[in-house]
Amino acid sequence: MAETTSLLTPASVAGAAYIVAALLFIMSLAGLSKHETAKAGVSYGIAGMTIALVATVYATFADAWGTPTVTTGLTLLVIAVIVGAAIGLWRARVVAMTGMPELIALLHSFVGLAAVLVGWNGALEETGMSGALLDIHHAEVFIGVFIGAVTFTGSIVAFLKLSARMKSAPLMLPGKNVLNLGALIAFVVLTVWYVITPELWLLVVVTALALALGWHLVASIGGGDMPVVISMLNSYSGWAAAAAGFLLNNDLLIVTGALVGSSGAYLSYIMCKAMNRSFISVIAGGFGIAAPTSSGEAEGEAREINIEDAAELLRDASSVIITPGYGMAVAQAQYPVAELTSRLRERGVRVRFGIHPVAGRLPGHMNVLLAEAKVPYDIVEEMDEINDDFPETTVVLVIGANDTVNPAAAEDPGSPIAGMPVLKVWEAKNVVVFKRSMASGYAGVANPLFTRDNAQMLFGDAKQRVEDLLRVL
Amino acid sequence: MTRIGVVTEQPPETRVAATPATVKQLISLGYEVAVEAGAGAASAFPDEAYRDAGAAIVGTAAEALASNLVLKVNAPTDAEIAELAPGTTIVGLLAPAFNPELLERLAERGVTALAMDAVPRISRAQSMDVLSSMANIAGYRAVVEAAHEFGRFFTGQVTAAGKVPPAKVLVAGAGVAGLAAIGAASSLGAIVRATDPRPEVADQVRSIGGEYLKVEVEVEQSTDGYAKATSEAYDRRAAEIYSEQAADVDLIITTALIPGRPAPKLITAADVASMKSGSVIVDMAAGMGGNVDGSVAGEKIVTPNGVTILGYTDLASRLPTQASQLYGTNVVNLVKLLTPGKDGELELDFDDIVQRSVTVARDGAVTWPPPPVQVSAAPAAAASGRSSATDAATAPEPKKPMSPVKKVVLVAVGIAALFAVNAIAPPPLPQHFTVLVLSVVVGFYVIGKVAHALHTPLMSVTNAISGIIVVGAMVQITSDVLVVQILAGIAVLLASINIFGGFAVTRRMLAMFAAGRTGADRG
Repeated sequence: MAETTSLLTPASVAGAAYIVAALLFIMSLAGLSKHETAKAGVSYGIAGMTIALVATVYATFADAWGTPTVTTGLTLLVIAVIVGAAIGLWRARVVAMTGMPELIALLHSFVGLAAVLVGWNGALEETGMSGALLDIHHAEVFIGVFIGAVTFTGSIVAFLKLSARMKSAPLMLPGKNVLNLGALIAFVVLTVWYVITPELWLLVVVTALALALGWHLVASIGGGDMPVVISMLNSYSGWAAAAAGFLLNNDLLIVTGALVGSSGAYLSYIMCKAMNRSFISVIAGGFGIAAPTSSGEAEGEAREINIEDAAELLRDASSVIITPGYGMAVAQAQYPVAELTSRLRERGVRVRFGIHPVAGRLPGHMNVLLAEAKVPYDIVEEMDEINDDFPETTVVLVIGANDTVNPAAAEDPGSPIAGMPVLKVWEAKNVVVFKRSMASGYAGVANPLFTRDNAQMLFGDAKQRVEDLLRVL
Repeated sequence: MTRIGVVTEQPPETRVAATPATVKQLISLGYEVAVEAGAGAASAFPDEAYRDAGAAIVGTAAEALASNLVLKVNAPTDAEIAELAPGTTIVGLLAPAFNPELLERLAERGVTALAMDAVPRISRAQSMDVLSSMANIAGYRAVVEAAHEFGRFFTGQVTAAGKVPPAKVLVAGAGVAGLAAIGAASSLGAIVRATDPRPEVADQVRSIGGEYLKVEVEVEQSTDGYAKATSEAYDRRAAEIYSEQAADVDLIITTALIPGRPAPKLITAADVASMKSGSVIVDMAAGMGGNVDGSVAGEKIVTPNGVTILGYTDLASRLPTQASQLYGTNVVNLVKLLTPGKDGELELDFDDIVQRSVTVARDGAVTWPPPPVQVSAAPAAAASGRSSATDAATAPEPKKPMSPVKKVVLVAVGIAALFAVNAIAPPPLPQHFTVLVLSVVVGFYVIGKVAHALHTPLMSVTNAISGIIVVGAMVQITSDVLVVQILAGIAVLLASINIFGGFAVTRRMLAMFAAGRTGADRG
């Protein structure tokens, strides 16, 4: 790129590079849809990003070369990129897989904040525009800042909820739907106002408004819906980038932002459908959901069981139901679980699986895993089929499931997950819970199952523990 | 307390809607049960057994009919309907598609009628699917009846008195009844062949000892768990197969039914004429018009060339004890669904797809047919009788879909708005909108089929990509205004964390996936 002829202006080079980058991003998303191509997808994404960044740096500095601001700019740029890269790589390396959702939420907030800053810069800088174009520019500043700020605080709240630094129960302000709607109307009014008389304080007001709205939107969504929220914020961060693209007249930002925005929205939609939730009500911040707030702290003490006793229980059992959850997937425990199943079946124990519709990250996730491990399909039953059979069951093995077996959902009307259909494992004679610690599940709700008289805990990595069981049996 | 009444069925029906075992279950749901004296006699369930199970034995049908919930096997007769008090709920095999007048009469009477044979084919409702449970019995019995008429062994033998060739059996239709027949015939030692328009049942046929005869024609995939009426080319080829087989086999059992339509004619008169003397045909669809030319519902016919055609329609009733027990269990499972509190309170929830489907009359109105249910009967279904409807992921309760008119209007408004904006906006905007709209569409489609396990990696990669906002900040970093430069610098820093962190963490995740999948990767 160093040798430029007269035809190759920095702007045209950047434009060409942007098209290449946009295509690479599309290939990246497409690649990430399949296992076989996932790794290539990431590589495409990295290549696209590299091309986009190099082209931008080149175009920007080639244009501004010789002006006094270049040195400051370049210094700032290099420092910012190096520091950012260092932080990013470090976080990515140390994060635990279970901390994934938090990290992603936090990263979304960065995009949001960056979008706000870019929007503010758009307002602070002289544009040299006039007439309708200037009006449009002003509107774009507002829209960009608004979306960015909503993404920013929304993601921060999601992060706090996911990392248990904030209660995951939905915030219930009186008239919250009116508040949300009012904020949107106020935003429109302020935008019009700003277009007519562009004054800085209006921008401050709209930023504050959007920050408050983002906070409120996510704060009023319960922990159980957090997977959807993350994917929704992902979508928002895309729209924020697209808005910045309009502001800066930059097609790459628009393309990429829209890609991320629409794919994120679609993902949220898929998840909502799986959880039988209304997409609109989740995306609009618990719109229309009337969940009372009370976080049921689990009382009493959980009892621990050792491998030998657990094996003894299984040996004497006539009927066993295994209810797996995301924990089984994380620990990749499906193979030992399948082995355990066939071992017990050889002994004449009736073994079945009870699968909750939202067990795992996605519907059908457990079925896929069990199928992969060759568990006979006819002993894998849905919640509805098996839920009445728990009272006649000797032992239930809860492997890496938590919220989907939480009695609070059925019994405590004040629980954030009240009304969610759950597997009634507590009705069985014995429940053995495979779990890493006493931490609460994704919904952030304490699980009174663990302290029930008929429940015992088997702490540790699910795969390890099941393998131990196999050895003893 | 809510009372359940069980009446004696009209002869020749030998089944009964509740057995001592199911009575016990009904009582455990909080109901009181009244059984007409002698109701179970034909199924070999004496009154004492009912009494021991906790039921009250009442002397007349009228007393049993004067209950809140009446359980029957067959549709009620006019006389029985006249005995029902308005508000009573009646359960039975009502064949709503063929009995519009019956539904009218029940509705007029103010009775809530639940048709056991209208249970939708979704996995949740399998435990109530009486069509399957009865078909299973009927399929078995069809083989027994055929064996009875057939003057030879089913199995081949080599004896001192000479060699006996095995019987060849053709089973048309590998539904539940067909599979039961295949299983029974092959366990008697016969050579069994089966046909079915759904190629996905081939494995099931093989699994129970049959040979699947494939009809090599393109055929529509069934979406509701039932076979569909098929195309002409298919019918032609299938007819050829039936003709070839008829000349070869000794026994034919036909089970082909298409819901809500007359049974398809599979075996023509010419086919029957080509069969060997002494051959036996059991037409299990005789009651619905018959699969075989010349079959008569409920009768045994012997053709001039010595072929016996059995058109019995009461095959399930010919095993009354078992049939009653299975039917009764299906009924109990329905009652369980209708008694969410297990407190003897009958509640009919019209939002529940199963309850909606079985209800054919309520509050004086006929409520049949119900809105359609879509079932994903998987082509990959595995081997077992019931698995044409295994459907691991079936029956999402259908949301009210947006009416097509509303949808069209919404889309039209959207397009009009976009058009208006682009028509009046000054130069750079329309171009940007073009880009925006196209990208939105691409984004939507590009991830349309994302694999489940890749959900999280996809999210983190899109997150990294949305760090593209850094481009915006970089452009601003050479501004003349120092504040702008600093803000842009901060933005670059934040976005960089995103980009590097996002990509790195995605790679890490994918590496874990790969590690977890080695040796077990089946794509």
